[in-house]
Amino acid sequence: MRSSLKALAYRLAPQLIALVVILLLNFITSPQFFNVVVQNARLYGSLIDVLNRGAPVALLAIGMTLVIATKGIDLSVGAVIAICGAVAASSIVSGNSVAYTVILTLSIGLACGVWNGFLVAVLNIQPIIATLVLMVAGRGIAQLITEGAILTFNDDGLTFFGSGSLLLLPMPVVTWILVGLLVILLVRRTALGMLIEAVGINRRASTLSGIQTPVLLMAVYMLSGLCASIAGVIVAADIKGADANNAGLWLELDAILAVVVGGNSLLGGRFSILGSLIGAMIIQAVNTGILSSGFPPEFNLIIKAVIIIVILVIQSPAVQSLAIFASRRQGGREQSK
Amino acid sequence: MNSKYLPLLATIVIFVLAYAGCTLQYPNMLSTRVIGNLLTDNAFLGIAAVGMTFVIISGGIDLSIGSVIAFTGVFLAVILQNTSIHPLLAFALVLVITTAFGGIMGAIIHYLDMPAFIVTLAGMFLARGMAFVLSIDSIPIDNEYYSTLTSLYYRLPGGGRLTLIGGIMLLVFAVGIFIAQRTRFGTNVYALGGGPQTARLMGVPVGRTTIQIYALSGFLAGLSGIVFSLYTSAGYSLAAVGVELDAIAAVVIGGTLLTGGAGFVAGTLIGILIQGLIQTYITFDGTLSSWWTKILIGLLLFAFILMQKAILFLSSLNKRYA
Repeated sequence: MRSSLKALAYRLAPQLIALVVILLLNFITSPQFFNVVVQNARLYGSLIDVLNRGAPVALLAIGMTLVIATKGIDLSVGAVIAICGAVAASSIVSGNSVAYTVILTLSIGLACGVWNGFLVAVLNIQPIIATLVLMVAGRGIAQLITEGAILTFNDDGLTFFGSGSLLLLPMPVVTWILVGLLVILLVRRTALGMLIEAVGINRRASTLSGIQTPVLLMAVYMLSGLCASIAGVIVAADIKGADANNAGLWLELDAILAVVVGGNSLLGGRFSILGSLIGAMIIQAVNTGILSSGFPPEFNLIIKAVIIIVILVIQSPAVQSLAIFASRRQGGREQSK
Repeated sequence: MNSKYLPLLATIVIFVLAYAGCTLQYPNMLSTRVIGNLLTDNAFLGIAAVGMTFVIISGGIDLSIGSVIAFTGVFLAVILQNTSIHPLLAFALVLVITTAFGGIMGAIIHYLDMPAFIVTLAGMFLARGMAFVLSIDSIPIDNEYYSTLTSLYYRLPGGGRLTLIGGIMLLVFAVGIFIAQRTRFGTNVYALGGGPQTARLMGVPVGRTTIQIYALSGFLAGLSGIVFSLYTSAGYSLAAVGVELDAIAAVVIGGTLLTGGAGFVAGTLIGILIQGLIQTYITFDGTLSSWWTKILIGLLLFAFILMQKAILFLSSLNKRYA
C-alpha cells in the first residue's frame, strides 16, 4: 500500500508541484488567499471558492478522463450541461418534485451518453465527430426546451445543489468529491479501469482478447453524460435558471484541458482521475487567482493560455524524453541496484 | 465512377435538391439577390473554412480561427482609430501577425509532438485574450476607404449584388482548389493526412508542411477577420465565437473525412452554402425559431457521417485493405 501511494505521488508530482506553485503565486499576489472562515455553517474563502467554482469542470473531467483513456473525446458535454439545465429548470417550473426533476435530468444526461456511445461503439464513428453532432445540435435542443427564454426558478430544494452546504462544505464541492471517489473506487477496485486502458491502447486487440469493447465504450460515454448532467444541475441551481446559450459554454474545452493538465495522454491508455481532478483545480486556481489578484480582467485569457502552454510544454513528449534522458544519465547507477 | 467523389457528389445533390425544395415553397428564393446575399453573409465563414479544410485533410484541427477572426477585427478597429495609416497597410500587418501565429502553432505541434487539438485550443485562448487586451469594447470602424470597399459590388443579372467580400470568398475557394489539386504543397497535405509515418517515408517534409498548413489556416483566418470587419464595420473581442465549429461542420458536410487524407475544398463551399441555405429558409419562413438552424446542421452532420461510413464500408467490400 505504501509503495503504491509513493508511486501515485511520484506520478502526480508535476501536477502537485504546479498546483502548489500556482497557489503560492496566488498567495503572493493576494495575501488573504488562504484565509478561511466559517459563516452560516459553511466555510468561506478563496480556497473554498476554487473548490466550489471548479465543481462543473471537475465533474466533467471525471467522465472525460475515462473517455479519453479509451482514446476518445467527448465534445458534447458543454451542450449536455445546457440540455440538462434546461430540462431541470422546465421540470421544476412545471411543478414536479425535486427528486423527480433530478432523476429525470440525470436520465436525460445518460440518454445523451447513450447516443454518443452508440455512434462511437456501434457505428464506429470517430469520437471527435460523433460527439460534435450533439455539440452542434445540443444548444439548439436546449433552446427548444426553454423555448428560447432563460427559465428561472425559485425552488429551495433544487437550488440546494448549487448554493447549499453539507458538513461545512458547499454542496457542489461535496458532489464532485463524492462522484470522483465513487468512480475512482469503481474503476480501480475492479478490473474496469484496466479494461478501459486496454481498449484505449489497442481496441482491436482488446476485442480479440475477449473484452466487450462496445459495452465498455457505451458505459464510458454514458458516465460522461451522467457527469455532465450532474454538472448541469449544479450550474442551473447556482444561477437559479437555465440559460441555453451560455450554460456550460466552452466547459468541454476546460474539461479536456483539465484532463491533459492532469497528465493524461490524449492518445488514450493510462489514466488518473485524481490527476484530472487536480488539473481541474489548477485551472480554477488560475482563474480565481487572476480575479482576486486585481489584474485587469482583460489579461485573464492570456495569462491562462500562457500558464497552460507552459504546463503542456513541460509535459510534452519531446521535453519529457529529454528529461528522462537527463535523469537516466544522472540516476542510472542508483536505479541499477 | 471513382468512390472518392461520392461524398462530394452527394453533397452537391443534397444542396441542389434542398434549394429546389425551398424554391418550390418560396419562388423568390431563386433570385440572384438571395444568391448574392448567401455569398456575402457567409463570406467570412467560407474563407476560414478553406483553411480548416486544409488542416482537416492533413489530419489535424484548428480551433483558434474564431478567436483569430475576433482578434483581427479588434486589431484593425484599434489601429484605424488611433493611427492614420492606410487600411491596406493595416491589412498587410494583421495578415503577417495571424500567419506567424498559425505558423508558430504548427511548429509547436510538430516539434513538441503535441496534439493539434490542445495546441490550437491554447491558441484560441491566446488570440481571444490578445483581442481582450486591445479592447473590451465594440469599436466602430469609421473610415472612408472602408466605406468605399463595402460599397463595391458587381451587379448580377436579376438585380443581385456580388459584393466585394462575396467575390473574395469565391476567389479564395478557387485558389484553394488550385493549391489542393495542382501544387506540391497540396499533394503533401493529402499525404500527411494519410499518415505522417508513410508521408515521411515517401519523402514529404513533414515539419515544413505542418508549419505551412497552420500558417495558411492562420492567414485565411486573418483574411476572414478582415472580411468580417468589412462586413460588420466594427471590431469586437467577443465576435465570431464558435466560428471554428461552423467551419468544421461545413468541412464535414462538404464530404471531407475528419480522419484526414481525403476531401475537397470545393465540397466545403457547398457545405457553407447548405448552412447558409438553412438560415435563409428560416428567415423566409419566419415562424421557425433560429435554434432550428443548429439542430438541422447537427442532423445534417449526422447524416453525412453516416453516409461516409456507408461509402467506406462499400469500398472496403471491393478492396480488402481499404
